Amino acid sequence: MTATTVTPTNSLRGPTPLGGFNVTALRLEIVRVLRNRRTLFFIIVFPSFFFFMFRSSGGRSARAQADFIAAYVMISMAVYGAMVGTTSGGATVAIERSLGWSRQLRLTPLQPFAYVAMKVLTSMTLGLIAVCSTFTVGAISGVHMAPETWLFTGVLAWTSSLVFAAFGLLVGFLFPAENVMQFVGPLMAVMAMFGGIFVPLNQLPQGLQDFARFTPMYGVGIVARAPLVGGATAWALGSIIVWTIVFSFGAMMMFKRDTARV
Amino acid sequence: MLAIDLKNLTKRYGAVTAVSDLSLQVEPGEIVAFLGPNGAGKTTTIDMMLGLARPSEGSVAIYGKSPADAIAAGEIAAVMQTGGLLKDFTVEETVQFTASLYLNARPVTEVLERAGITGIASRRVGKCSGGEQQRLRFAMALISDPRLLILDEPTTGMDVEGRRDFWGAIRDDASRGRTIMFATHYLDEADSYADRIVLIRQGSIVADGTTAEIKNLASGRRVRVTLANPDVDAVRAIGGVINVEQRGDSVIVNCSDSDVVARYFLTSTAARDIEVSSQNLEAAFVALTADASTPMLSGARP
Repeated sequence: MTATTVTPTNSLRGPTPLGGFNVTALRLEIVRVLRNRRTLFFIIVFPSFFFFMFRSSGGRSARAQADFIAAYVMISMAVYGAMVGTTSGGATVAIERSLGWSRQLRLTPLQPFAYVAMKVLTSMTLGLIAVCSTFTVGAISGVHMAPETWLFTGVLAWTSSLVFAAFGLLVGFLFPAENVMQFVGPLMAVMAMFGGIFVPLNQLPQGLQDFARFTPMYGVGIVARAPLVGGATAWALGSIIVWTIVFSFGAMMMFKRDTARV
Repeated sequence: MLAIDLKNLTKRYGAVTAVSDLSLQVEPGEIVAFLGPNGAGKTTTIDMMLGLARPSEGSVAIYGKSPADAIAAGEIAAVMQTGGLLKDFTVEETVQFTASLYLNARPVTEVLERAGITGIASRRVGKCSGGEQQRLRFAMALISDPRLLILDEPTTGMDVEGRRDFWGAIRDDASRGRTIMFATHYLDEADSYADRIVLIRQGSIVADGTTAEIKNLASGRRVRVTLANPDVDAVRAIGGVINVEQRGDSVIVNCSDSDVVARYFLTSTAARDIEVSSQNLEAAFVALTADASTPMLSGARP
């Protein structure tokens, strides 16, 4: 029983740089996530559909007010799409854990932090697609805003959705289930309501308005619309920061529990 | 350097001991079958070799490295039994993704070819048969050109043709000199593809030898006599004796030539109640792995 022939080469073996983080994997990951029709529906079709539905509610208003409502609704829907996109990006972790893909990855040099970094970038890509597609639909259908308002509201809607990338990761590490988004979806709809996404907050009962201030979507909605309507408060900004920290911390705890379970 | 060096490996889950004081050394280039019934501790042992489970006691070294370092360096790869694939990837994308994680990956086209799945490269994983998915797992394991390949019951649930194709691919690869260890509960797989068989039962190794030795052990005869103080060394020295076992006043000798052993007992000792019986591989396997009251054999590799 002697080793007969070639022993596979041992040259240049060693840990992969950046813990295995690389552009090829990231590209494949994004392409794969975009194959999911359900995800595409919620980040592209759904926000545009609601944009058309809600903007027509200002149909008989004066021209200036109609323009304002259309822009307001468009930004809200972009925020919503980005929120669903980033959450579902992070939540793919749940699917990958339930299918044993995470376990398979542990047999490769991919380091956990590199995996999480790729998940965050995938999530943010989905968020960007949501914002861009909603804004494109808005622009084509005649939404008017100053160029810098387009830019600022778009960038803010996108960047503030980072809070939901963290939320998605938390969900992903918390529940190893393939159908996790079916449970998270309704929860997001409730959060969106408290973020003034479907109905302006000031049209909610006072009790709900007070409660909304403490929910994750509150700050995102206000900050993203601020370049159009003003009204960015320290509370709103603080809300985004605090919730991002809370969700990131939770995701990190769950992630540690997950990777330590050897 | 040893390809696998397991020292006194023990894994407990609460009150249950899944693996008990298991030691195993495998030389580079060996093809080892890890044979045992379900629940014998094969998968737990493999999980510890891959760093997926932490030993309660004992140590694991893969080419002198810890499992984590061996994985980071691409020294070890595994084909797991189920799971570990994403349905939305194509076969080729799955391999590309895996390849991108290694410093020195083999070309994707090469491993697809060697796993025999070039023809289905663009197929979605979710549309592949069980056998095709298993060959995809094999392709993923080949990406780092590992020096040690571990297969955990790789053909479970495959039809006959799938099993044959899969082992064909493995056999072609093994001729390159890679160390291979596969867990199985199919005797014929161990017999056909391994050059060494390690039998495991209830978390312990009960027999360990070349396939020929294990077959001798199984296909030979069993001589049982009643004798109070046997000269065990003298019995072992008889040609064809595989092992000698003492149980109280009984001496049990597994051997290939029972006549010589019987003659020795009848002419040179005070042995009585002599019994000679034959056994086949299946019976030996059952006896070695299923019966908890059977004591451990002094194996061919003491």
